[in-house]
Amino acid sequence: MKNRWVLFVPLAIMGLLFGAFVYRLVTPAETLIQSQWIDKPMPLFDLPPATAGVEGLKSGQLADGRPRLVNVFASWCIPCRAEAPQLEALKAAGVPIDGIAIRDRPEDVAMFLKEYGNPFDRIGSDMQSSVQIALGSSGVPETFLIDGKGIIREQIQGVILADQVPEIVAKLEAMK
Amino acid sequence: MTLRLILLCLLGALALPLAAQDRLPPAPYAYQQLRDPAQEARAKALMEELRCLVCQGQSIADSDAPLAGDMRHEVRSKIAAGESPDAIKAWLVARYGNWVSYDPPFDGATALLWLGPLLFLALGGWLAFGRFRRGESDGEDAA
Repeated sequence: MKNRWVLFVPLAIMGLLFGAFVYRLVTPAETLIQSQWIDKPMPLFDLPPATAGVEGLKSGQLADGRPRLVNVFASWCIPCRAEAPQLEALKAAGVPIDGIAIRDRPEDVAMFLKEYGNPFDRIGSDMQSSVQIALGSSGVPETFLIDGKGIIREQIQGVILADQVPEIVAKLEAMK
Repeated sequence: MTLRLILLCLLGALALPLAAQDRLPPAPYAYQQLRDPAQEARAKALMEELRCLVCQGQSIADSDAPLAGDMRHEVRSKIAAGESPDAIKAWLVARYGNWVSYDPPFDGATALLWLGPLLFLALGGWLAFGRFRRGESDGEDAA
């Protein structure tokens, strides 16, 4: 045998495979599925108000010339509570924010707004997640950056962090 | 001690989904079949091919996640309205990408997956062929 190290190649390959399997078993894949519905117009919808005293949300209202945020949230979503201060900060910075409440009851939305504040101009109720699916959104909270013509420019998955606030304000400013 | 730890972990695992669950009943077509058996069969076939976004690794037909229920409602409603399964799949792929389908198309990303078996078969054949030839000549040398 000229090169007996070659004999160990199959074993090495098996070892690598085994390592890969063990790695995946220990750290399961949790892929964040990004929406592909970007740089496309807002899907057509007409959502009723999510609770008493708020306005519902129509897709046509999102093309009024002012770039804005559409926040997909729910009263039952724990991380959404942690996001409330950042939405308040964005509102204070002059960013218009509309909300879409996913699978929510009016009384629960009212409680949520009372507890964590209401930064929303309008809140549509998406009882069967149909608008969420039409947006390519896969969870709550998610936030979409919409330009003045009603085109979705960016999707933010998960809670908006405090240090993302100035960046978002600047991005919306640039869309004007 | 160990038992208590295991129980605690189990309870912890149970508590999280409970806290983050909505209080709405499932959408009408989440757990209800279509009246027309032919339509239901088409919907079922498509739902088994669509991947749940929450319980990744399960199809929306298998998953009990609320979003999967709402996706089943979406699929069944569209089938009932006369849309073709292909059109519904294309509609979802436009939103979630090929990730949402368990039957992704043949393209750059999946080429190796489809052609891999053929490639390895060819490689194995080539190796075996070389071996046999060498074996023959070795035999002749020995004789």
